[in-house]
Amino acid sequence: MATIKINSQYLKEIKEVCASFNYEKGQLINVLKKTQEKIGYLPAEVQMVIAEELKVPVAKVYGVVSFYSFFTMVPKGKHPISICLGTACYVRGAEGILHEVERILGIKPGEVTPDGLFSLDCLRCVGACGLAPVILIGEKVYPRVTPNQVKAILDEYRK
Amino acid sequence: MTHYRFHILCCGGTGCKASNSAGIVRKFEAVLKEKNINDVQVITTGCFGFCEKGPIVKILPDNTFYVQVKEEDVENIINEHIIKGRKVERLLYTDPKANAHISDSKHMGFYKKQMRVALRNCGFINPEDIREYIARDGYAALGKVLSEMTPEQAIEEMKKSGLRGRGGAGFPTGKKWELARTLVPNAEQKYVICNADEGDPGAFMDRSILEGDPHSIIEAMAICGYCIGATKGLVYIRAEYPLAIRRLQIAIDQAREYGLLGKDIMGTGFEFDIELRYGAGAFVCGEETALIHSMEGQRGEPTIKPPFPAVKGYNGMPSNVNNVETFANVPVIYLKGADWFSKIGTEKSKGTKVFALAGKINNVGLIEVPMGTTLREIIYEIGGGIKGGKKFKAVQTGGPSGGCLTEKHLDTPVDYESLAAAKSIMGSGGMIVMDEDNCMVSIAKFYLDFTVDESCGKCTPCRVGNKRMNEILDKIIKGNGTMEDLDTLKNLANVIKDTALCGLGQTAPNPVISTLDNFYDEYLAHVKDKKCPAGQCKDLLSYVINPEKCIGCTACARKCPVNAITGVVKQPQTIDQEKCIKCGTCIDTCKFGAISKQ
Amino acid sequence: MAVKSLADLKKMSSEFKNTVSLRENGDNVDSLIQIKVAMATCGIASGAKEVMDFYLEELDKQGIKAVVTQTGCMGYCYAEPTIEVKLPGKDPIVFGHVNVEKASEILEKYIKNGELVEGIIPVNYETVK
Repeated sequence: MATIKINSQYLKEIKEVCASFNYEKGQLINVLKKTQEKIGYLPAEVQMVIAEELKVPVAKVYGVVSFYSFFTMVPKGKHPISICLGTACYVRGAEGILHEVERILGIKPGEVTPDGLFSLDCLRCVGACGLAPVILIGEKVYPRVTPNQVKAILDEYRK
Repeated sequence: MTHYRFHILCCGGTGCKASNSAGIVRKFEAVLKEKNINDVQVITTGCFGFCEKGPIVKILPDNTFYVQVKEEDVENIINEHIIKGRKVERLLYTDPKANAHISDSKHMGFYKKQMRVALRNCGFINPEDIREYIARDGYAALGKVLSEMTPEQAIEEMKKSGLRGRGGAGFPTGKKWELARTLVPNAEQKYVICNADEGDPGAFMDRSILEGDPHSIIEAMAICGYCIGATKGLVYIRAEYPLAIRRLQIAIDQAREYGLLGKDIMGTGFEFDIELRYGAGAFVCGEETALIHSMEGQRGEPTIKPPFPAVKGYNGMPSNVNNVETFANVPVIYLKGADWFSKIGTEKSKGTKVFALAGKINNVGLIEVPMGTTLREIIYEIGGGIKGGKKFKAVQTGGPSGGCLTEKHLDTPVDYESLAAAKSIMGSGGMIVMDEDNCMVSIAKFYLDFTVDESCGKCTPCRVGNKRMNEILDKIIKGNGTMEDLDTLKNLANVIKDTALCGLGQTAPNPVISTLDNFYDEYLAHVKDKKCPAGQCKDLLSYVINPEKCIGCTACARKCPVNAITGVVKQPQTIDQEKCIKCGTCIDTCKFGAISKQ
Repeated sequence: MAVKSLADLKKMSSEFKNTVSLRENGDNVDSLIQIKVAMATCGIASGAKEVMDFYLEELDKQGIKAVVTQTGCMGYCYAEPTIEVKLPGKDPIVFGHVNVEKASEILEKYIKNGELVEGIIPVNYETVK
């Protein structure tokens, strides 16, 4: 097995997470969820450690990570932007918001700005359909957004 | 301290506003002033949900409910009701069945189109306090079932109630429980699974129930456990619902503390406990076999049935899967009886259904109506009609697995069979209203984008077929579609429907099929005339300035994010079509209506 | 606190019916002002938490005895945040679009003076009891 390059603090935390679920193979999703909460993302090295701890093939871990949209293999920006593309937001013009954010930041969904300040993702419904269209920056929800508000909203985070 | 003797509430909902409720408010104020009456307050309120009889005026404190009030009636109401304390009979609502005037709005429950059964505690109790749930007869159904019924009797009662699965497919719940009880009688372990993986984008019924009334789910799962012979329950819940997870966990802990979960519940010897499992964002996991694989820590891929979960489910053991809303109906059925429940709704669809009503509608909200209520009643009376006075175009039910219904379907009653006959489905409860500005080809593509994204990739029809359909739709939207493409689209849709492995794949073509059926002209406009009638498909439209209306204020040029608008001040401006990104900012900016989409 | 039998549960239920909403106030529930704040995800996203905090602080500061509780979704998503106010001896009234400013207006005008303010949402459903 290849040597795993990962800092020792993370290594310790991942091992603790695996131990807290009794190394049960059936708890793989919960283990990944907890690990992502601690580290922020699930790069290949992290998946290899988890595979070893739970005694499952790395391919299986990767299969699960790549299957579920909740898991990410790239780190997020300092301010993760999520554009809701649920149906209610879509019919009320969410696509226009997405295009405007893409244009201003010059990145596509799944990418991070070069300065690491913003990352962009789309998600399916935050359940705030009454406020559509909505975008989230971090935990903050911006309701009833129009394309020409986008620049001002992003500028709040650039100060 | 001011004391008002009367409050006059005038409905300011869209329907009543259209029939001059604002004028009525002004008239009330004027007459009160003229007569020097100071202890009566006039106030505009939100929609009463009785738009067909608007404008509505309600007087407090006696709850008198006047309908179809006109400006001329105002003086009469003040003279009679406010001054002399006599109700104005002719303005009261007449119950067509009893042919009698009804004055007190508390006795006019029948006008209210909504009936809250599954949502009975949402917005009423504090979800984080088990005592409030118990005070509303919480856990009394569980107590009744455990101490007064055998599992067989309890299953019989459930069958009699006619409750069908609220996740979308509508399988009879009692029948499902019976199968889980009888197919494998001697299993060493059985599981009750609650499907809380609400995947339909634009739907939030289950989330609201879990956030507002988590104990009802716990109680129902325990009842189900008793019926099928399971001691363990699992809730498969989306990780994207942190508040629902938190409240459910609090509820489980409280139930354990009160001995309503655990060993020897209420001294009957029955044992049951519940654990949470997190879903990680995969639509296909709403399919019960995929859900079970996901709970086992695998990729959430579906497998062929049989074996059904009732035979071989979680960890190979018999399992019963129901969704959140289905469970939310269970306690009340045992409390009030199967006969009471089966009186609500239609012949084959009993009870009520919760919908997340959203899109281009005035009163976006979480609603619950008896089965058999028509789409028109939901959209125009409860929903208050279309936003901004625009024209209704379509209503989508069933999310990515459902279809788009049109004007001609508005009188369709909402029940499993009628919606299926109209080529949509009941689905889990998403209901999205669209107006004339929504392009139906784009909507079909929107849903297909979603299913292509969410396809697990296991079977070819879904993995490849949906992708091909998506590419064709993309071609049409960009103005490169041919008539042949429309035929291919139809064929593909039918093949996928017949051959895909699971529910997700089989239903994925539904949005395409229903829009082709109902909006074929719109497809034709895209293909033949290269026009998008709704003005949504960017590649098929351009923004132009009408030189006769443009005064050259340059407001649009200053707002244009890409500097595509140029021209001399006080002269008509022009838009550089090469630069224009069609964001629409200029249209919103122009005060002179000089810019239009073509 | 364990429920030992169905009879036990029924006893507890009737006991809670009278006392639960009282919390620590020890009075008859109908003599108190009751405020319920709809705190589901959409309510919180539109600022229900701030409204709840406002009432908890302000009522305490002004020495007004009231019960402020959270509850689930009332269904009026278009008008979030929503609250329900019940004054002693009166029917409950639901207000929509309640930000802190509106909350303060409701406190000053309706709760203190019985004067209604704009933003009332008539309850248009029947709930099974």
